Amino acid sequence: MRFLTSLVLALVFLGSAHASVTEATLDNGMRVLVKRDARAPIAVSMVWYRIGGSYEEPGSTGLSHVLEHMMFRGTKNTEPGEFSRTISALGGSENAFTSRDYTAYFETLAVEHLDKALELEADRMRNMTLNNDEFLRELEVVKEERRLRTDDKPTGLLYEQLMSTAYRASSYQNPVIGWMNDLDQMKVEDLKRWYDMWYQPNNATLVVVGDVEGADVVAIAKKHFGSIPRGDVPQLRETPEPPQRGLTRVNVSVPAKQPYLLMGYKVPVIGSGAEEWEPYALAVLSSILDGGDSARLTSEMVREQKLAASAGASYDAYSRLPSLFLMDGVPNEGVNLDQIEQALLEQVKRLHDAPISSDELKRVVTQAVAQKVFAADSFMSQAMELGSLDSIGLDWRLVNVEIENLKKVTPEQVQAVAKKYLVERNLTIARLDPEQTGAQQ
Amino acid sequence: MKKLITLFALIGFGFSVNALAVPKIQTWTSDAGAKVMFVPANSLPMVDVRVVFDAGGARDGDLPGLATFTNALLTEGAGELDAAAFAENIESRGIQIGSNSLRDMAWLTLRSLTDPEVLSVGLTRLSEALAQPRFDQDAIDRIRDQMHAVLRQQEQSPSDIASREFYATLFADHPYGAPTEGTKASVDKINLDAIKAFHKKYYVAENAVISIVGAQTREQAEQIANQVTRDLPQGEKAALIAMPTQIAPVNKKIDYDSSQSHVYLGMLGMARHDPDYIPLYVGNQVLGGGSLVSLLGEEVRNKRGLSYSVYSYFSASRQPGPFVMVAQTKNTQVKEAAEVMKETLAKFANESLTEELLKDAKQNIVFGFPMQIANNSKMVGYISMIGFYDMPIDWLERLPRLVNEVTLDEVKDAFKRRVKVENLSTVIVGG
Repeated sequence: MRFLTSLVLALVFLGSAHASVTEATLDNGMRVLVKRDARAPIAVSMVWYRIGGSYEEPGSTGLSHVLEHMMFRGTKNTEPGEFSRTISALGGSENAFTSRDYTAYFETLAVEHLDKALELEADRMRNMTLNNDEFLRELEVVKEERRLRTDDKPTGLLYEQLMSTAYRASSYQNPVIGWMNDLDQMKVEDLKRWYDMWYQPNNATLVVVGDVEGADVVAIAKKHFGSIPRGDVPQLRETPEPPQRGLTRVNVSVPAKQPYLLMGYKVPVIGSGAEEWEPYALAVLSSILDGGDSARLTSEMVREQKLAASAGASYDAYSRLPSLFLMDGVPNEGVNLDQIEQALLEQVKRLHDAPISSDELKRVVTQAVAQKVFAADSFMSQAMELGSLDSIGLDWRLVNVEIENLKKVTPEQVQAVAKKYLVERNLTIARLDPEQTGAQQ
Repeated sequence: MKKLITLFALIGFGFSVNALAVPKIQTWTSDAGAKVMFVPANSLPMVDVRVVFDAGGARDGDLPGLATFTNALLTEGAGELDAAAFAENIESRGIQIGSNSLRDMAWLTLRSLTDPEVLSVGLTRLSEALAQPRFDQDAIDRIRDQMHAVLRQQEQSPSDIASREFYATLFADHPYGAPTEGTKASVDKINLDAIKAFHKKYYVAENAVISIVGAQTREQAEQIANQVTRDLPQGEKAALIAMPTQIAPVNKKIDYDSSQSHVYLGMLGMARHDPDYIPLYVGNQVLGGGSLVSLLGEEVRNKRGLSYSVYSYFSASRQPGPFVMVAQTKNTQVKEAAEVMKETLAKFANESLTEELLKDAKQNIVFGFPMQIANNSKMVGYISMIGFYDMPIDWLERLPRLVNEVTLDEVKDAFKRRVKVENLSTVIVGG
């Protein structure tokens, strides 16, 4: 237990850091979370909306993401692009992203300009013009984005196919960027309806991390957002995924050079109804497999068996709906995807058959403690942590007990979640089998 | 806002600049002769160390990929520990050691908690990785396999194909023209002798810059620098690579079965120490440097919806790297996109660049500068760059001042002299 001192030091430090989050809810229902980090006179401001790809219905995929693009194209008070030009001239950097569960808009800027950023964010919460000409051009931009990220990118295509195959009912089958066919038939009226449904103060959370006082930010938020009336946000009708009844497969055959296998097991996440410890046991399990070069997948599949150029596992316990525990492998030359699949499945079988060692568990916890400290170096990471939890309906205070909960996980619990969830009837396997065309010099 | 000082005020543009007091970089030479850069940061119980060598792909000689190969091997076993033991030793303590290699530079990074026992293990591993890498045959075979996988992944990416071709076209036989990831043939040819010779020549104290950011005193930082470089031979600073020359413009089209075509338009740009560095850098911010605000973004994306990602940059290296404009669009529109990009550049210095646009870009750089160095990981990257390229030690204060002082005429003049449309080469990859 030579590292005990560092564990204790780090935990003391984290305790004090987390004490400084201010939480408020405005009269119109908008939530505000502020975390003070005075290392530099800057602030990251993020406005999170609880809307994303998993809120969309068949035929309307991509709506949330196209709307995100349109949020830069003019309001009743600003010209298209003026938002960006204003922030830029203040030295700020800004952008936005859409995920399955949320859409967020962020600015990083000198703390004295926070007021201006929030004034502009409040304006675009309810005042977008959603002009048809702007929409038609921006839709073409989004189609180019889809071609770039998915259609011409074999691994992007494979991921999209995995998700849409693994889920029969859950809206996690939707690609966030939208199917090209859905983009083709999208109308500006669809966006208007979507905007009015979800862009309401009672469906949003403002997160600010920086050299600020919580009360001051709450006051600025009130000034700009406070007058926006509470909206009528619909109750989402969920389509829960029925139990999978057996192994599912999908093959993608496109011009490519590097075969690749990606597979996912259906697993619970925090708040999805499983035992409280199960998501933490799955998180530990993912680090046992892929917590660095000493973890099992690199040690065995890359170094010992020499099958893969790389192999990995990932799991996100913070997700609105039950999600996939992912595993992947990039075969070396002369190794086929059957061998990669078999090696990954053997890793899972080992987890069924024997508990992990106490050294492995200790390594995972030590890394998690260190990574918490390292993450506090980034203003953006801190804001992301608060905003994402709040936006999927979890208490942001969970981040404070994350390490405690990981430390409580036992080798038997890791074995138990492996046996319960990492089983064939929960598994979907996607393979990229290159079609031998491609560059002709 | 207590840390604010008034650095300077500019009359005439209608804006004054209150720049924050930037941290002072401390610099000295380690016992072994390596240059050290240090910025204390005491808020978090962690420390970042980055050791950069003039040992990037430009040093590959006739074996493209050798620098990348050697750099990747450093963390695959060192001293008494083979790759497995090395990884276990650091990861069981939450330590992170990473490696990376570009055209000019190659480096190792260490990120550790400040707990003395943990940090000491991290520093020992880092110094062994630098000075006593094992180069086990097993590890060499593994890295070779991984480099082949990277090459296959590049071959299925039209944007990577375009980028490789662009460099090969623009720099021809100059060291910047060769792909840092190597070729199938060169990666196969790289052997232990070549790796050992490369390591012996370039991973030496005279060729190193160590940057440290974190919760350490000056005395502790001095110890870190000495420990990390203790076992490095003094060696020699790598000789300056040749100056590349501007080629006669070339147009290339590579057919690839993709829905988009990727366009690279460019020419020889500038070096890090170029006398035109500031006007070209600031001008490019207006042209295509801003992520959501630029003339290229306005013309190609906002007005015409042609491309999701369109931008331009100067890769300011030891010797002049490229100036490049990049976009990607569906195959049928590629001619239009390329024309619009050329036209935007052609009009830039003569018509489009205005006092107003210049002012906004300058404000973006100057007011945004604190964000460039606002945390430990950004700071250690920034001061490494300052140290590696021998920039003035007060660069963190100087850059915003120089940016603020540059005039419209200076930017126009620099672009007219240095970025001529008739020098543009074109590489397009797509269907």
